[in-house]
Amino acid sequence: MERAMIKVDENGFYGQFGGAFIPEMLYPNIEELRENYEAIMATPAFRQEFDSLLKDYVGRPTPLFLAQRLSEKYGAKIYLKREDLCHTGAHKINNTVGQIILAKKLNKKRIIAETGAGQHGVATATVCALMGMECTVYMGAVDMERQKPNVERMRILGAKVVPANSGSKTLKDATNEAMRQWINNPVDTHYIIGSVVGPHPYPEMVARFQSVISEEMKWQLQEKEGRENPDLVIACVGGGSNAAGSFYHYYNEPSVRLIAVEAAGMGITSGRSAATTTLGKPGILHGSKTLLMQTDDGQVVEPHSISAGLDYPGIGPVHAHLFDSGRGEFVAVEDEHAMQSGIEVSRLEGIIPAIESAHAFSALNQIHYEPTDVIVINLSGRGDKDLETYIKWGNY
Amino acid sequence: MNRIDELFKQKKERILSIYFTAGFPQLDDTVSIMEAIQAAGANIIEIGVPYSDPIADGPTIQESNNQALKNGMTLKVLFEQLKGFRERIHIPVILMGYLNPVVQYGMEAFCKTCKEVGIDGLILPDLPMQQYLTEYKHTFDAYDLRNTFLISPQTSEARIRQIDQHTDGFIYMVSSASITGAKKEVSPEQIAYFERVKAMNLKNPRLIGFGISDKPSFQTAAAHSHGAIIGSAFINVLRESTNLKEDIQEYIQGILA
Repeated sequence: MERAMIKVDENGFYGQFGGAFIPEMLYPNIEELRENYEAIMATPAFRQEFDSLLKDYVGRPTPLFLAQRLSEKYGAKIYLKREDLCHTGAHKINNTVGQIILAKKLNKKRIIAETGAGQHGVATATVCALMGMECTVYMGAVDMERQKPNVERMRILGAKVVPANSGSKTLKDATNEAMRQWINNPVDTHYIIGSVVGPHPYPEMVARFQSVISEEMKWQLQEKEGRENPDLVIACVGGGSNAAGSFYHYYNEPSVRLIAVEAAGMGITSGRSAATTTLGKPGILHGSKTLLMQTDDGQVVEPHSISAGLDYPGIGPVHAHLFDSGRGEFVAVEDEHAMQSGIEVSRLEGIIPAIESAHAFSALNQIHYEPTDVIVINLSGRGDKDLETYIKWGNY
Repeated sequence: MNRIDELFKQKKERILSIYFTAGFPQLDDTVSIMEAIQAAGANIIEIGVPYSDPIADGPTIQESNNQALKNGMTLKVLFEQLKGFRERIHIPVILMGYLNPVVQYGMEAFCKTCKEVGIDGLILPDLPMQQYLTEYKHTFDAYDLRNTFLISPQTSEARIRQIDQHTDGFIYMVSSASITGAKKEVSPEQIAYFERVKAMNLKNPRLIGFGISDKPSFQTAAAHSHGAIIGSAFINVLRESTNLKEDIQEYIQGILA
């Protein structure tokens, strides 16, 4: 296989995707971040604070668990990277810890964030409470209704939750609203984007904060298997932050197959799907050029997934490039199959996965692998937040 | 000569530019709204191309965008409507919209059609300067389309100079750190910003937009620049209107009186 270098260039492009397509009003904010984030992240003081919070607050390193019964059933050696054991129940907090330290170093006083299912909102509200910073989270009005417990979690943590009432009133619209509020408060406010989306430098910065996932996988596999590289890494992709984190240190290791799992919703051709690489075309949304579900006229199409965290019409530009370059393999899993896999993992391993992560497990039914393969599935979040969806689905 | 250049050559003050969303309130209102704007005495027409995700716009323009899209507005439909409008409209006309619909139409085809129907300039707020210079400037130039960049109170002097150098037509001064449709009185800080930019002696004329809604805010803005742009407040007039022609006439003449 050709050695495909996955690397961001100085203008924030991964191949043809990425960049910073933003109104001039946001240019100073983005410029400030672009000019400073790498230098700040490279300082020993930042590194020390970040590492120490990840260890003692988030609970890292997260275990790499050999899932014996799942391995037996699927006929390969399957490890689970237990991001579900992070404080707040998902990988999202790796990034919010990093960005809040960065925001403090940039002397910001307020934090804003968008959230879909509420996991990123909760992770942001959590670190804001920890650091004593004012926090406002924008959330689609529809999502606020269907993810009530997370809305209350954010409020308990002291965050203000503001409904986004435009468009489909979901994640895309919450992101629009957060960007608008950043335009309105450009000087004292930092916007913590929760995925590898948005204008440069966000996609790369978020990926680097999440890259701790694959960094740990390397030494954990070395301990358990005597080699750093698995044969496959499987992760679900909405915007793609957990996938970017679990692929990051394997991008340029061609022997490692990178499997990105999108949400097919009710079926790819149903019109109710979020399978961006199958249905999307290059376009511009939320400040970057990426693959985007859109009409011929360039209007963004409303996505659908049973999982609120995958319910996004685009993907991060790095994933668009993984797809375009052939470095990544993309599969799409329907709602029904993801739910079945969620139940299966619960029964076989005693772990109820987030429905987002359940999509990654379901990919095992769609891809080819060898019995000797070592597979790591990134178990990005736990299923507590999804109990209502599991209960409604009811097939257990 | 490009109509934008011509206007700014002849008129140095109190220029009024009116923005509206194509396809709002009704799909086929576009050209009759343009005629009414011209008849009422405004100097520039900005036609907004609706987009599903307008991140620099407040609720008023968001809603007009949604309604226009529901009505069936697309770039193709808009260009059909605009065929022949130059027989009746002689003032400069600018298309303003987000980049994605334009890129899907195809930048070359878009610019070519703009020229054919009689558009004079473009404002694409999420088109970064770097991309414009390296990928699109030659196309804009080939079809004699003026490209307007925005600046805000946070834009550095060096960046304003750079924008001035690469702009022709005029510079769009966003009046405050804000999305469109904010309703505030013009503050002393804003006036200081208007004066700071005025004192830079830029080669391009300046129009002030965002938050300009009535006669007092128009007069204040015009006192510190070459004129102003009204969008959300005009959309509100259209939304409430029972007689577009009369209501547009009354509103614009009220601003200019």
